Amino acid sequence: MDWQGQKLAEQLMQILLVGFAVVAFAAAGYALGSFQMMLLIYASGVVITTLITVPNWPFYNRHTLKWLDPREAEKHPKPQIASSSSKKKSNKK
Amino acid sequence: MHSFGYRANALLTFAVMVLAVMCAMASLSDNLNSLSPSAQLQVLNVNWFQKSTQGNDEVSMTLNISANLQSLFTWNTKQVFAFLAAEYETPKNSLNQVSLWDGIIPSKEHAKFSIHTTNKYRFTDQGCNLLGKQYNLTLHWHVMPKNGKMFADKLVMTGFRLPEEYR
Repeated sequence: MDWQGQKLAEQLMQILLVGFAVVAFAAAGYALGSFQMMLLIYASGVVITTLITVPNWPFYNRHTLKWLDPREAEKHPKPQIASSSSKKKSNKK
Repeated sequence: MHSFGYRANALLTFAVMVLAVMCAMASLSDNLNSLSPSAQLQVLNVNWFQKSTQGNDEVSMTLNISANLQSLFTWNTKQVFAFLAAEYETPKNSLNQVSLWDGIIPSKEHAKFSIHTTNKYRFTDQGCNLLGKQYNLTLHWHVMPKNGKMFADKLVMTGFRLPEEYR
């Protein structure tokens, strides 16, 4: 997932879970007066939310990260760490 | 939220927290219930009244217990435990309570009942103080919820008296 996708996944997860909880409490708890139905509705809500937010669906990858072009990366090579002594570190840019 | 495991963990934690909030709200909704239980007790007959081999008084009686505890049940109630206790005073103790009968009421349909029975448990005293004793019959009930705190209440009925002589 990309960054926008992660944010979307987190928001969707919170909204869906709270939404299912409210529906379960109001409909099954208060209107029907059945504790078991409330828990069933909420459990199915958790399963549905898991299916929507946890796997890596394509719509989470719409704003893909733009990695640096390889030529740009060659101009700035990675710093080399001296292997002789562990105390001294030489940085070469 | 960058990996499968991280998202699954976050989702499960949040789901359990929301479940806890729902259960707390269910428990608080019990306070909106208005209670109006009613009961009637009758001692139909004292079957026998003797001194046991240990030297303690013992009574057997036939009781008629009729009660309507339906208003105690909400959607958050698991069961109601009701028991009947005889309460009296002796020179040694200011309050003696002897449980005569108990029952578990599993649902609202069973909460309106009328029972005709001898006492389920022995009405025994510690000593011989029961001749001609005045006692109260108290119906206690404990409401056990599915979520939340159990609460108990009682209904006292006065004016019962044991016979003056052994039978």
